[in-house]
Amino acid sequence: MTAPRANPPMAMLAELTHRCPLSCPYCSNPIELERKNRELSLDEWKDIFTQAAEMGVLHVHFSGGEPASRRDLEDMVAHARDVGLYTNLITSGIGLNKRRLEALDECGLDHVQLSLQGVDAEMADWVGGYKGGYDRKMQVAEWIGEIGFPLTLNAVMHKKNFDRLDETIAIALDMGARRLEVATVQFHGWAAKNRAALMPTREQAKQARLTVNAARERLEGVLVIDYVPADHHSDYPKPCMGGWASTGINIAPDGAVLPCHAAHSIKGLSFDKATERPLKEIWYDSDAFNAFRGFDWMQEPCRSCELKAKDFGGCRCQAMAIAGDPAATDPVCIKSPLHAELVAAAEADAEADAELVYRVMPT
Amino acid sequence: MSIELNDSDCPVILRGVRPHFDKVRNVWLLLAPERALKLDDIGRAILDQVDGKRTFGEITKALADKYDAPVERIAGDARTYLIGLMARRFVEAR
Ligand code: SF4
Ligand code: SF4
Repeated sequence: MTAPRANPPMAMLAELTHRCPLSCPYCSNPIELERKNRELSLDEWKDIFTQAAEMGVLHVHFSGGEPASRRDLEDMVAHARDVGLYTNLITSGIGLNKRRLEALDECGLDHVQLSLQGVDAEMADWVGGYKGGYDRKMQVAEWIGEIGFPLTLNAVMHKKNFDRLDETIAIALDMGARRLEVATVQFHGWAAKNRAALMPTREQAKQARLTVNAARERLEGVLVIDYVPADHHSDYPKPCMGGWASTGINIAPDGAVLPCHAAHSIKGLSFDKATERPLKEIWYDSDAFNAFRGFDWMQEPCRSCELKAKDFGGCRCQAMAIAGDPAATDPVCIKSPLHAELVAAAEADAEADAELVYRVMPT
Repeated sequence: MSIELNDSDCPVILRGVRPHFDKVRNVWLLLAPERALKLDDIGRAILDQVDGKRTFGEITKALADKYDAPVERIAGDARTYLIGLMARRFVEAR
């Protein structure tokens, strides 16, 4: 089986650490979180950013965990800018103070993406599992505004907060954000433990679409709103990651190089470490990256479907999770034999309720 | 709300949005949060004039002189282009 030669990657997600002061129940980090002593060093990260820029990566997203948990974040941003990358910091705000933000400004940080756990202190601190987190975040947002960083507010939406979408939009405006991401929770990693607690209802999803459309019209030229709906409310899957290993490259805290942040859930693939093999080789030549490139790996019904060049058969991790086979058709698709089961399970979780299961670090 | 750009407005490229020559792909891009927009020659010519100081009227006049084209046509094209960027929050009119 030969995979077609890939284009260079556009974006890198650099998961600097899995450490985080918060414990959001929908965290997309894997259940087996990496400990601090397994994290890459500053020099290893710098080398990765140099290689990334040479390969054609444009944006690097500093993520985690909470990237601010790394005390050398500033040096990484400075280096990434030096080699010509566009730098984006994805943060809860916790761990940042005014001095650190000013230092990041001096290092050339291009953009900040701030996550929102709830629309008031009671809700946000409950969802994030961190007392005082909301007030701290609001303070950080003020400093971000004072320095003038362009800001995107990222709100993960679920059963418990979808009804407060209007307030979420109002907070984005108050903060002076240019973009708002209204992202329905994706049930990978820790989120998979919270399906019954967080799965939105069909009615909520319908209402959210109306609210987003009305806000987009009202706020044209003021706030850009990106909306990521829940998969199972549509008939066809999303083109996950724009196709396997086609645009993005992820580095886990221990240096494992992945085509997407959930890819470690796929059994049978082994992922190279950036510290052991050149990034370029991993991207173009490794088995894991070539596993689902092109169309040769597909099974029916995808193989003979005219939509395969549009959605690439959907998400490999979802196929793994539900069909037990990463090469199966994404069960979100109505042509999948498992589609009815997936929808029924989602509807059942939407009607059910459960206590939040918080993310925990290994002890 | 629909976006307007008048001759007396001063367009500015917002912080976090910057042109970048991509050596690997051999193209000019406009890098912005989560986005990389390909810049063709026309887009580059327009954005080259957006210095945050000159008004839209001054910009279209300069372009018309430079490319020896009727100012109304240039203004139409440049307005459509910049309003598109304003809708994406890459450019702002002040
Ligand atoms: S989702 Fe929550 S717990 Fe997970 S890294 Fe982000 S802020 Fe931390
Ligand atoms: S059958 Fe496969 S290729 Fe066709 S729409 Fe469904 S997921 Fe996409």
